Amino acid sequence: MSSLSGTVIIEVLVASMVLLGTVLSLLSALGFIRLPDIYTRSHAATKSITLGILFILLGTFIYFLFTHRVVSIRLLLGIVFVFLTAPVAGHLIARSAYRSGVKMWDKSAKDELRSDLKKLNQLEQYHSGEQSYNRESSYP
Amino acid sequence: MKFTDVILQTSAKILVFIILTFSIYVLFAGHNNPGGGFIGGLITASALVLLYIAFDVKTVHEILPIDFKIVGAVGLMIALLTGIGSLVVDEPFLSQTFWYEDLPLFGKTELTTALVFDLGVYLAVVGTTMTIILSIGEDE
Repeated sequence: MSSLSGTVIIEVLVASMVLLGTVLSLLSALGFIRLPDIYTRSHAATKSITLGILFILLGTFIYFLFTHRVVSIRLLLGIVFVFLTAPVAGHLIARSAYRSGVKMWDKSAKDELRSDLKKLNQLEQYHSGEQSYNRESSYP
Repeated sequence: MKFTDVILQTSAKILVFIILTFSIYVLFAGHNNPGGGFIGGLITASALVLLYIAFDVKTVHEILPIDFKIVGAVGLMIALLTGIGSLVVDEPFLSQTFWYEDLPLFGKTELTTALVFDLGVYLAVVGTTMTIILSIGEDE
């Protein structure tokens, strides 16, 4: 009376992976609503949603592999692609927000990039004399 | 101020190859699967736009010295010539045919004249999209 056949295991695995991915995406959306400023939000929006999409795509890949006997290279490529692009997109959004002077949360303890940028500006002014473009004013 | 982002540029170097490969795949898959010349051309154009965003216009022009207006014209010419080619063998304009051929790497492959027409559409779409985007994006 063996009720646990191979397809059932695969189906349970696929269902739990897709469900986990959906829950992670939901958590990411909740974090996007709840968190206070753009930097913490981009933290929530890039990390957990990337993992959520990874789980959903991997579940789909396993489903088509074992029920339809199809190895979908496109899904694997999609996983690699999302893994490569989502963090870069988050980095670019956070960077452009910082450069255009978006303020951090009031209770933030430390802004380590600001002192580094100050040093960089001084270095540039030292090297290029009076013609240096004054970027200091645009920082928070 | 020159915009240089090492993270964006490094990831763009990898991503452009993935996107270009996928666009070629979509172009050839168009006969029996979703895809075709139009969507393949748009994906290629998006890969080129990613290059133009990550590096500047001058750098990309040095690597890819292509006038995209000519690319669009060549694409239209190919599409027109496949239509005229059916007139030569006494068939109506834009008739198409297919045959099977044993290619060295792919084995028995279905070759169609519709693929040549799709190639023309592909080149026309790439040329048009890149011409529009570059003429909007250029300074002055």
